[in-house]
Amino acid sequence: MASIHPELNITEEDYQTMVKREMPRPPLWRNCIIAFLSGGMICLLGQFIQNIYLSLGFSSTDVGNPTVVTMIFLASLLTGLGVFDNIARYTGAGTAVPVTGFANSMTAAALEFKKEGLVLGIGSKMFALAGSVIVFGVVTAFVAGLISAIL
Amino acid sequence: MGTYLTAFIVGGLFCLVGQLLFDLTKFTPGHILSGFVVAGGILGSLGLYDRLIQFAGAGASLPISSFGNALVKGAMSEAARRGVIGVLTGMFELTSTGITAAIFFAFLIAVFFNPKG
Repeated sequence: MASIHPELNITEEDYQTMVKREMPRPPLWRNCIIAFLSGGMICLLGQFIQNIYLSLGFSSTDVGNPTVVTMIFLASLLTGLGVFDNIARYTGAGTAVPVTGFANSMTAAALEFKKEGLVLGIGSKMFALAGSVIVFGVVTAFVAGLISAIL
Repeated sequence: MGTYLTAFIVGGLFCLVGQLLFDLTKFTPGHILSGFVVAGGILGSLGLYDRLIQFAGAGASLPISSFGNALVKGAMSEAARRGVIGVLTGMFELTSTGITAAIFFAFLIAVFFNPKG
């Protein structure tokens, strides 16, 4: 293997391993622990809200609806106040995987494109990120529903 | 319908898996969250996701995979009652609440707030 520099006795291969060693790695374990704790806390909060609605007389099959609406409202409001993004920078998947991430992506897209107008900005850009989740969910459900209708 | 402990642990595990996929794969969050929805839909079509909700409550119903499960359940339950047309009429039966709320709140916030930063 030829040396990449006449005066430095290192090969191309050595150089690549050096680059790899020095490259900043995402602190994987820290990210995972924070995602676990923050995601767990969001679901704990959801469980708390769900129990409140249960005690207000919602049945156990219906109680998911007001719970999800409350969480979506909180996530949208915090996005509007600029707080959500500051939290999400640390929590990563902890806030992205729960329904809070879905609400945040819609509100953030609507806010970001607000300057392009009510119709072309807020209206048409709202689903820029959340759209793919709905599309792939519906396609999956369509196939599953069709199979179950035929069988 | 789940306890605080099971909600915390199962919800946390969903997010942990998400974080591993964020950090260790080249897929964008959009790809990964779509994957969660498809996975939730497939588990839902087998009746497994509802069992997880029974066990973990909000720990399973708040992660976005639950959206896939709810779409599949809506489509399949109406398909069982009305045949193929039920797939179309039932699709958003259970998810309508979340989608409507998300659209309305996103609109309201975008109108009354301005982007920060």
